[in-house]
Amino acid sequence: MCGAKAGGPELAGVDVANETIIQGSVTRDGEPVNGYVRLLDASGEFTAEVPTSATGQFRFFAAPGSWTLRALVPGATVDRAVVAQQGQFTEVAITV
Amino acid sequence: MSRSDVLVSADWVQDHLDDPKVVVVEVDEDTSAYDKNHIRNAVRIDWKKDLQDPVRRDFVDQAGFEALLSAKGIANDDTVVLYGGNNNWFASYAFWYFKLYGHGDVKLLDGGRKKWELDSRELVDGAKVPERAATEYKAQAQDTSIRAFRDDVVAAIGNKNLVDVRSPDEFSGRLLAPAHLPQEQSQRPGHVPTAKNIPWSKNANDDGTFKSDDELRALYEAENVDLAQDTIAYCRIGERSALTWFVLHQLLGQTNVKNYDGSWTEYGSLVGVPIELGSN
Repeated sequence: MCGAKAGGPELAGVDVANETIIQGSVTRDGEPVNGYVRLLDASGEFTAEVPTSATGQFRFFAAPGSWTLRALVPGATVDRAVVAQQGQFTEVAITV
Repeated sequence: MSRSDVLVSADWVQDHLDDPKVVVVEVDEDTSAYDKNHIRNAVRIDWKKDLQDPVRRDFVDQAGFEALLSAKGIANDDTVVLYGGNNNWFASYAFWYFKLYGHGDVKLLDGGRKKWELDSRELVDGAKVPERAATEYKAQAQDTSIRAFRDDVVAAIGNKNLVDVRSPDEFSGRLLAPAHLPQEQSQRPGHVPTAKNIPWSKNANDDGTFKSDDELRALYEAENVDLAQDTIAYCRIGERSALTWFVLHQLLGQTNVKNYDGSWTEYGSLVGVPIELGSN
């Protein structure tokens, strides 16, 4: 697979106006990393988890508010705080 | 029944990859994950195509389960080790099917696909599918002592333990589906009255392995679940609650624990049943 793509997955076919989307990519030295991204709610409780795509990307359909993204990859765990809004997509680039 | 009878480590699986009487089976929410790569010699069960009735909303029946396992080359006396993504959600769901149809020796790979990947263990190309000779698998009649139906759930309100294993936002009604899926609008949001919200994720460590028996028992006791009482677990479509069923019934050895596979997609669509909104 070629290098990392900037930003999250393509939004074609996604109802952006009605969803609260948090998406992005996980990279190490500019290359995509195969691993997992967890979405934790404002209290730190697990809400969802996805594997990264071959290009390091991930996407969640959340609700408006504060969330934490936790990237789990071989040998590293990285947290990022995000605030999501309905009708917008929140892009998060995570480097590990 | 104890932990070692139903749960094996990644090291154990690695040591048994060439054992002809051990069949490793991948069951993933993303049914194409196997096509990318998988554990060497693992076969795939597709939870959508293989485990559901093609028309009605129900399981594959006894004859269908027999045909499926026969075609996969799984014999009645084989040790089946299930693993999958999403912290073994769908592997737990398949485990529950194997128990429902009376398979003798079935286990989960602790941590599933994620633990295997985070350990950087070997995965082979998706096209490398093992050849297993077909068998003549014989299933038993469904053991409904581990399966709850909608009337059981309504009757359990205020009488039995109801454990809602979805995320707090789904329990309260803020989300209708796990947050990696688009939010469906076909059901009413909320939860079954008197249900306790104990998310499935509290059973597992970040790497997907199960917490210790002591930690698990403490978790349910802290949430005031009387483990001596009958329990019904539910989620959205019954796969995450199969994981909690596995914890309560298989790891902690509680006798009367049922998984409600209709779960919120059924309950939240029923006319006239009570629903509660808000947090625990």
